[in-house]
Amino acid sequence: MQVYADNAATAPIRPAALEAYVTAARKFYGNPSSLHETGQAAKEALENSRGRIARALGATNADKIIFTSGGSEADNQAIFSAARAGARKGKRKIVSTAIEHHAVLHPLEKLRREGFEVVLVPVNQNGIVSVQDIEKELSDDVCLVSVMLANNEIGTLQPVREIGAVCKARKIPLHTDAVQAVGHIPVNAAELGADYLSLSAHKFGGPRGCGALYVRAGAPLFPLIEGGAQEKGKRAGTENLPAIVATAVALDEALNALPQTAQKLTRLRDRLIAGLSKIPHSALNGDEKQRLPGNVSFCFEGIEGEGLLLYLSDMGVFASSGSACTSGSLDPSHVLLAIGRVHDVAHGSLRLTLGEENTEEEVDYLISSVCEVVEKLRAFSPVWRELTNGKRKFIL
Amino acid sequence: MALYSEKVMDHFRNPRNVGTIENADGMGEVGNAKCGDIMKIYLKIENDIIADVKFETFGCGSAIASSSMATEMIKGKPLSEALALTNKAVAEALDGLPAHKLHCSVLAEEAIKNAVLDYYKRSGIPYDEEAFRTCEHCGDES
Repeated sequence: MQVYADNAATAPIRPAALEAYVTAARKFYGNPSSLHETGQAAKEALENSRGRIARALGATNADKIIFTSGGSEADNQAIFSAARAGARKGKRKIVSTAIEHHAVLHPLEKLRREGFEVVLVPVNQNGIVSVQDIEKELSDDVCLVSVMLANNEIGTLQPVREIGAVCKARKIPLHTDAVQAVGHIPVNAAELGADYLSLSAHKFGGPRGCGALYVRAGAPLFPLIEGGAQEKGKRAGTENLPAIVATAVALDEALNALPQTAQKLTRLRDRLIAGLSKIPHSALNGDEKQRLPGNVSFCFEGIEGEGLLLYLSDMGVFASSGSACTSGSLDPSHVLLAIGRVHDVAHGSLRLTLGEENTEEEVDYLISSVCEVVEKLRAFSPVWRELTNGKRKFIL
Repeated sequence: MALYSEKVMDHFRNPRNVGTIENADGMGEVGNAKCGDIMKIYLKIENDIIADVKFETFGCGSAIASSSMATEMIKGKPLSEALALTNKAVAEALDGLPAHKLHCSVLAEEAIKNAVLDYYKRSGIPYDEEAFRTCEHCGDES
């Protein structure tokens, strides 16, 4: 059996999106910037897709949807735009959280080196930031608050709507990285009170290399890429039209199916969590309920995540981990450390992210495969030996 | 998986000499759980020959494969050969390791050296300290 359980890394492209991609590539070969009929047909397809995505996010006609190369670019553009506008008014403080994606953390780090004050608010042990903790950091010199809607590693949902209300009252711009959320839980930019919202197509069955940034009417926006008038001068370069058309199709399809999908995935997720919880000295990462429908993240004491992934891959189970070895750095995931997992435990992490196609039978196979592999690795782990003979204390 | 050579995957999938030796003559451990790698080598020595060797490893695929390959390379060999084993030889025997995983082969070399050192100390055999200098950044840093 083969089970793809890495949908948060990238989800398989939806057949309808792929078909739309191919059709658009053939039919709308013209450049949307060209004045002739072929170009204008492409332009119409572009604007039609923009409108569909805007409606899906609850955007008004005055709001902007800027197409980007993906979620990372959208995050970068939102952050650098707000920072630049803030700096012009002498506001140089940015408030974010300790569990953001690197596409947010790295731009913030860059700004910190350039003289901005960056505050990364910690999260509780369930992986959720407190609205009060964010509010405490808000002062007149804050030019941006950036809080993700759903975490990519542990799936926890953040109180963005409440943070949005707090920011609105103080007229502080809010960015939310909704890359993992869009298409999986209902997302309405206006209801969230977000000034900027990033999304990525391939997380909901669209093509890779396409994302979008929602920008509320009046929120400052500067281009990262100069060189043309595309996207109202906010993102130069000939539009990736087939991908944009396919993104709109994928999003519509994901949202039409969302209520049923979310219900099904929540059931499968809880079954998976219950099954893996039976493994001794293991722990679920992140809140049990306040999490994405398809996200399961665990730590298993006494083993290292890369071995886990490779043995699972041999068994046809495709997953990911927050261990140092899989990230190429010495430290395990900053998200796992932020929820209080110590290094020793964080190295033994596993993320399984389910998608629409997964079945109950597959979930049961995931459970039995993970149990088998954890046991296999523990059998020759010196850490596990010391834990079981009392030389080392169990943490989980 | 293209990250590792077929050799690495073979030793990872079917690790040789896994386990412990009761009343081992020498035991060496390197790394720490904080950094995500611990390697433990057990030796049975008879007439200066490594009669048996076993390992336990907490770590990534290449750490497991490096331990397995290293134990295979020294089993039945004289201690002098075990001491001469370099991380480079282990990595080469595995048909190479990715650059950021080379430290796994260093751990294997050091674990063996530590085990031999432990044997020398326990048996009161004089040894050349120079031969046991280890790479600083790979040892225990907790």
